[in-house]
Amino acid sequence: MNPESKEVLHRFLRNRLACMGVILMIVLAGFSLLAPVATPYTYDEPDPLLGIGATPPSARHWFGTDVLGRDLFTRVLYGGRTSLMVGICATAVSLVIGVTYGSVSGYCGARTDTIMMRIVDILYALPFTIFVIILTVVFGRNIFLLFAVIGAVEWLTMARIIRGQVLAIRQQEFVQAAVVLGYSKARIIFRHILPNALGPIIVYTTLTIPQVILLESFISFLGLGVQLPQSSWGLLIKTGAESMESYPWLLIYPGAVLSLALFALNFVGDGLRDALDPRHTRRA
Amino acid sequence: MLRFTIRRLLELIPVLLAVVTVTFFLIRLAPGGPFTAERNYPEDAIQRMNEFYGLDDPLPIQYLNYLACAIRGDLGPSIHNPTRTVNDIIAQNFPVSLELGLYAMVFALLFGLASGLSAALRHNQWWDHLVMPVAMTGICVPSFVIGPVLALVCGLHYGWFNVAGWEEPSDRVLPAITLGLGVAAYIARLSRGSMLEVLPQDYIRTARAKGLNEGQILIRHALKNAMIPVVSFLGPAAAGIITGSFVVETIFQIPGLGRMFVMSAFNRDYPLILGLVAFYAVIVVFFNLLVDLCIAWLNPRTRAHTVA
Repeated sequence: MNPESKEVLHRFLRNRLACMGVILMIVLAGFSLLAPVATPYTYDEPDPLLGIGATPPSARHWFGTDVLGRDLFTRVLYGGRTSLMVGICATAVSLVIGVTYGSVSGYCGARTDTIMMRIVDILYALPFTIFVIILTVVFGRNIFLLFAVIGAVEWLTMARIIRGQVLAIRQQEFVQAAVVLGYSKARIIFRHILPNALGPIIVYTTLTIPQVILLESFISFLGLGVQLPQSSWGLLIKTGAESMESYPWLLIYPGAVLSLALFALNFVGDGLRDALDPRHTRRA
Repeated sequence: MLRFTIRRLLELIPVLLAVVTVTFFLIRLAPGGPFTAERNYPEDAIQRMNEFYGLDDPLPIQYLNYLACAIRGDLGPSIHNPTRTVNDIIAQNFPVSLELGLYAMVFALLFGLASGLSAALRHNQWWDHLVMPVAMTGICVPSFVIGPVLALVCGLHYGWFNVAGWEEPSDRVLPAITLGLGVAAYIARLSRGSMLEVLPQDYIRTARAKGLNEGQILIRHALKNAMIPVVSFLGPAAAGIITGSFVVETIFQIPGLGRMFVMSAFNRDYPLILGLVAFYAVIVVFFNLLVDLCIAWLNPRTRAHTVA
């Protein structure tokens, strides 16, 4: 490990909130991944001992059971699988689109850059949520579609950030040297420029994941995302909100877990930003 | 300044055209139609309705027809609500969203600025350490969790407010808080951050050296510059809030525009989707313009650039 990354790691570890976020995410992701072995119940069948009907939280069912007698803790874990998977995959999609678009725009500069950024400006004016809603209504409720749709919507800010970085790095001598050596544009962008913009890319990627999870939950909350008996955090909150009068725990636990995950991811993102770019420590 | 405003308003034309075109072809090239959801329509009835709404014409012709009407300000009929036109729906539902949005905005600004600025002035003291985690909570807890929880606690448990509806004045409180809380938290963080950046700068020290009183320094000198990031955040946020949040209007059953957005997509009500998307785009562009004008006023350095 070179001294510079050691320094970054040191700064990151000194940030207690960010470290807590990392630990929390590891626990959440670990439990969700191991959901089939982490709990004795299944996500789609009632507890045979208690039968159908909601029961409040107890030692047997930490988060209680839902109206159909299914263990809520188990359903939250399975919901976490969906939400985290959507979060990671959709972010990956937005990362690929945003980085490619932004770096081409920044590297080509001049006219191309103006036109490409104008397009981004226009896209910013679109009400994205309604696009996601239209697309999910139109193409059916398919989880892979959800990745693509959310990813296709979330890349704009990434593209802007990358473009700014590329514009700045392009001026430096080592890029001019690469041009003189006759390397192709793609090689210069991917091998020479982007590795130097890694910091902002990492930070913004971490901060995109919670946004994506939020968007997915929102879509599921509207009843358009993941379908029953599958679960996702948004869907659990939706069903919880419908029966909150009689069974408030059905709303409160999934809501709390989703908020905790968003908390953790935001703190990790902030911590990474502070660690990678100490000049910005004081920013909001 | 006037030239700048006019140029920006002219920019609205290509933006609107692009928005309408993308939306039009997106929803029309997708499989299904407005009458597929209700399966009990007989085949010939669907055919007649398609004919009536011009849905069986070739797509480019429909597109041109739509544009021709839209330019004259006629956004067409709503397929799902045969008695109302899209213009009617916007005229009836937008004021509700606007009212709710204004309350939410006022709440967010008062609360966000007060907590953000007071935290900045007590940097690293207990108040700062209390406000910032609370603001983070406001950002991280999504509105569709806050809304039902508020309804549960303040509505059902204590009975202070109605859980849903839009009749009495008190019905405005919970939705406005739900809608404004996230924005308030964001404003608090932004204003604290920018205030902390501004306060140690030389011109503040100069102002102090001149013997101005502290209040004047804070409001006239520090706040004016510290507001710039807050204002640039407010533009898109305000547009989103005023066109109505789908979630808040769904949770509290408010007859605003946000709910129409969701319903139009569910019902494949083509003219309504197009009309609402175009309307939203106008509002976004309008608010972005407003933000740019505010920033030019706040920061003379950008003025030269804006006027040119």
